[in-house]
Amino acid sequence: MATPSITKLEPFIGKRIRRKEDPRLITGTATYVDDLQLPGMHFAVVVRSPHGAARIKSVDIAAAAAMKGVAMVLTGRDVADLACVPCGASLPGLRVPEHRLLAQDRVYYVGHPVAVVVATDRYIAKDAAEAVEVDYEVLQAVADPEKALAPGAPAVHPQWPDNTAFTFHQEGGDIEKAFAEADVVVKQRITSQRLIPSPLETRGCVAQWHAAEKSLTLHTSTQVPHLVRSLLAQMLGLDENRVRVVAPEVGGGFGCKLNLYAEEALTSHVAMKLGKPIKWIESRRENFLTTIHGRGHVDYYEVAAKKDGTILGIKVKIIQDLGSYHQLLGPAIPTLSVLMIPGLYRAKSMCADVVGVFTNCVPTDAYRGAGRPEATHGIERMVDILAAELKMDPAELRLKNFVRNEEFPFPTATGLIYDTGDYAAPLRKAMETVNYTELRKQQADARKHGKLMGIGMSTYGEICAFGPSPATPAGGWESATVKIEPSGKVTVMTGVSPHGQGEETTFSQITADHLGVPFEDVLVQHGDTAIVQYGIGTFGSRATAVGGPALYYAIQELIIKIKKFGAMLLESDDVSYANGQCTCAKTGKSVSIKEIAGAAYRAMKLPANTEPGLVATYFWEPTNFTFPFGAHIMVAEVDPGTGAIDIKRYVAIDDCGNLINPLVVDGQVHGGVAQGLGQALWEQAVYDDNAQLVSGEFMDYTMPRAHMMPWIESGHTITPTPVNPLGVKGVGEAGTIGASPAAVSAVVDALSPLGVRHIDMPMTPEKIWRLILSKTTGSNA
Amino acid sequence: MTVTITVNGTQHTHSVEPRLLLIHYLREHLSLTGSHIGCETSLCGACTVELNGKAVKSCSIFAVQCNGAQVTTIEGLATGDRLHRVQEAFWNEHGAQCGFCTPGMVMVSKQILDRNPDPTEAEIRHGLEGNLCRCTGYQHIVKAVQAAARVRA
Repeated sequence: MATPSITKLEPFIGKRIRRKEDPRLITGTATYVDDLQLPGMHFAVVVRSPHGAARIKSVDIAAAAAMKGVAMVLTGRDVADLACVPCGASLPGLRVPEHRLLAQDRVYYVGHPVAVVVATDRYIAKDAAEAVEVDYEVLQAVADPEKALAPGAPAVHPQWPDNTAFTFHQEGGDIEKAFAEADVVVKQRITSQRLIPSPLETRGCVAQWHAAEKSLTLHTSTQVPHLVRSLLAQMLGLDENRVRVVAPEVGGGFGCKLNLYAEEALTSHVAMKLGKPIKWIESRRENFLTTIHGRGHVDYYEVAAKKDGTILGIKVKIIQDLGSYHQLLGPAIPTLSVLMIPGLYRAKSMCADVVGVFTNCVPTDAYRGAGRPEATHGIERMVDILAAELKMDPAELRLKNFVRNEEFPFPTATGLIYDTGDYAAPLRKAMETVNYTELRKQQADARKHGKLMGIGMSTYGEICAFGPSPATPAGGWESATVKIEPSGKVTVMTGVSPHGQGEETTFSQITADHLGVPFEDVLVQHGDTAIVQYGIGTFGSRATAVGGPALYYAIQELIIKIKKFGAMLLESDDVSYANGQCTCAKTGKSVSIKEIAGAAYRAMKLPANTEPGLVATYFWEPTNFTFPFGAHIMVAEVDPGTGAIDIKRYVAIDDCGNLINPLVVDGQVHGGVAQGLGQALWEQAVYDDNAQLVSGEFMDYTMPRAHMMPWIESGHTITPTPVNPLGVKGVGEAGTIGASPAAVSAVVDALSPLGVRHIDMPMTPEKIWRLILSKTTGSNA
Repeated sequence: MTVTITVNGTQHTHSVEPRLLLIHYLREHLSLTGSHIGCETSLCGACTVELNGKAVKSCSIFAVQCNGAQVTTIEGLATGDRLHRVQEAFWNEHGAQCGFCTPGMVMVSKQILDRNPDPTEAEIRHGLEGNLCRCTGYQHIVKAVQAAARVRA
């Protein structure tokens, strides 16, 4: 036993620490799913529909099946008895089409799986897939959700000729009164176009069947390994504990890997039938066509206000393009938009009507922000439009309507309770950063010289830390296990499934501080259902804000046990625990965590009512969501000759509560802003009238590249949430949510002297050039 | 066809299909899985390697075209435990998130500095233009290249 020499350890929380994940990533030694090679492994390729809507007259697999190296070809009828791809969204009256693993008698979108070919290597499998002959009777398709709702539109699913999957209504406050008392009502149609999530790693999986054990191992590129395990076991009729799902290194998700896809079940089914390990890797072209898309809104807003700018009520009609099927959460996403409609404002009345529409397109589902960017974009555009109508400064109008600091916890018109906030703080900080008053003067000067300079802003709120279980489809808690090994090293197993967010580092920081152990001694494991206790996964800015507190409470439980062993070793009832040492208050003597671990596992002697070992598991159920917020300001200049937008400044001030690792937080904000600017300026999934995806490659789908991005000046205000003991709120989606309205605000502001009030995204140079031309010459070039 | 290619200093001879892509040769014949396949159309750059000292996208070149060539992949950059300055800078500056684009980004960043030891921010961004990243917004990658430039080799 050591004499007391307790030095306060340097805290790790709050430090810009480089990541533990990185050594394997920067040396090319990480293992992504396509890096797996198993003995006897075969390769699966999916044959897909080239049509948006067609009847399958026949499928001829003879030529493919006869090719050397081909082991199996399956078509729709071979999987007709298997369960459907699950939809986890439950809305009253929701129409759920039968989503079979392979098309039966019809195809509903370009890319719809029709057959699967399995061969000894990927080149042969691709050749054989080309040799599968499908005879189609092409039918009329519909890709535009508003056209799909029009009378006489082609029916995506013949049994539902109105193409309506569901309708949803929510109302709060007294909307009739709000509009009756209004001095001014502004209206605008606002779209949030379909986007393609595009993680750099496409989907992919490797399935392995262990016949003797009747068990399946699936390595799959997913954000939710445990959910995949539960759903897959149900679909395939396997015991859940005999299905092991592993998320190896995952190359990005952004929501599109928060799902159970047909190919994961199909690959598993083939592995079981063939008794060989099967690898399926999605090509980029397939990723564009068949992995879920995001957004897909056409919204009609009306905002009622007093002439002093007080917002009284918000009405919105949301048309959600659902695509042809429901994936896991698709129909639930626009209901999240509805919850977020009031934004950061005090407006007490709201009314929303959602219609979910079937189209002959790939399903939409969660994409970074999932419903909240659409809502924030809408309300922020409307506040700008209202400011223009009232000839008020848009910042002043926002400051006037923000929920006030003394009003928290604040019940919203949509039934949420905003946890905490100081909504003016990030806006004021962003305005100071750009020197807003001076900037407006510069703008006035620039306008005199004919320059189209714009200052745009957004003040956004978010629903994060998904979430209280009653408000989620599959449980919203998270789990953590903390083990102190006999040597004193610490292993953390978290139920979240990081794929770029850096929790191996941030959770090590939390553990180092709260357990009082060296940062280097902590190993964080995740993503393998055979290793980690049941968990929910990584999405909805929840990993640190729900998984972090679970870890915190597991550590607290473990400390209780550590103190029992410490008391036994120190022969005292009065011991404290800090910095990895138990200390006796009376004698001042202490024992280290290493000595305690040794004693706990050697178990020569045990404290009363205490079992050997040092392990604690905690499942933490949050009592509320968290509600991060922030303000973004973009300054831009538009070239009237080309319509090109030059971003002069981009300032992002986010309040995500306490920062565990500011370096990682900055990375999340930068990446989020890039995806938000991507939507605002360049990206759009374009389907033509035949429901062909014409932006189906990186050549045509304009993701931001390095030279297109501005330097992002990021900063923070810190308002810790009372919802969890770490005071953290989540930051994964913040940048995306704040960026698109700020960008549109800036460009509209630049063009406002021409009478422009709103522009729909993406604001491509061509669109801006045509707009300028029409406003200046009346020409519709 | 038979090809002889020197990869990361080791000479390999294999009989390969004429249509075998260099990326598949590296990943499946040599088990060098650090270079990734992000698009197979030369648009994302996740497969970037050095061919005779020049950065190329290995998804868009056949293995047989590389007969007699020297190839360096991400696995060949570090010297023992000592990381290349670009790798070290990516680590220090948080240039990687999910890591899938990272090997290609590191290879192209090395190329940028090989051609121009002291690039401006605009020159760095121009040099990174052929490589896509969906996670970082590029800012920390730009900072990593700037940091590596300051270190010099």
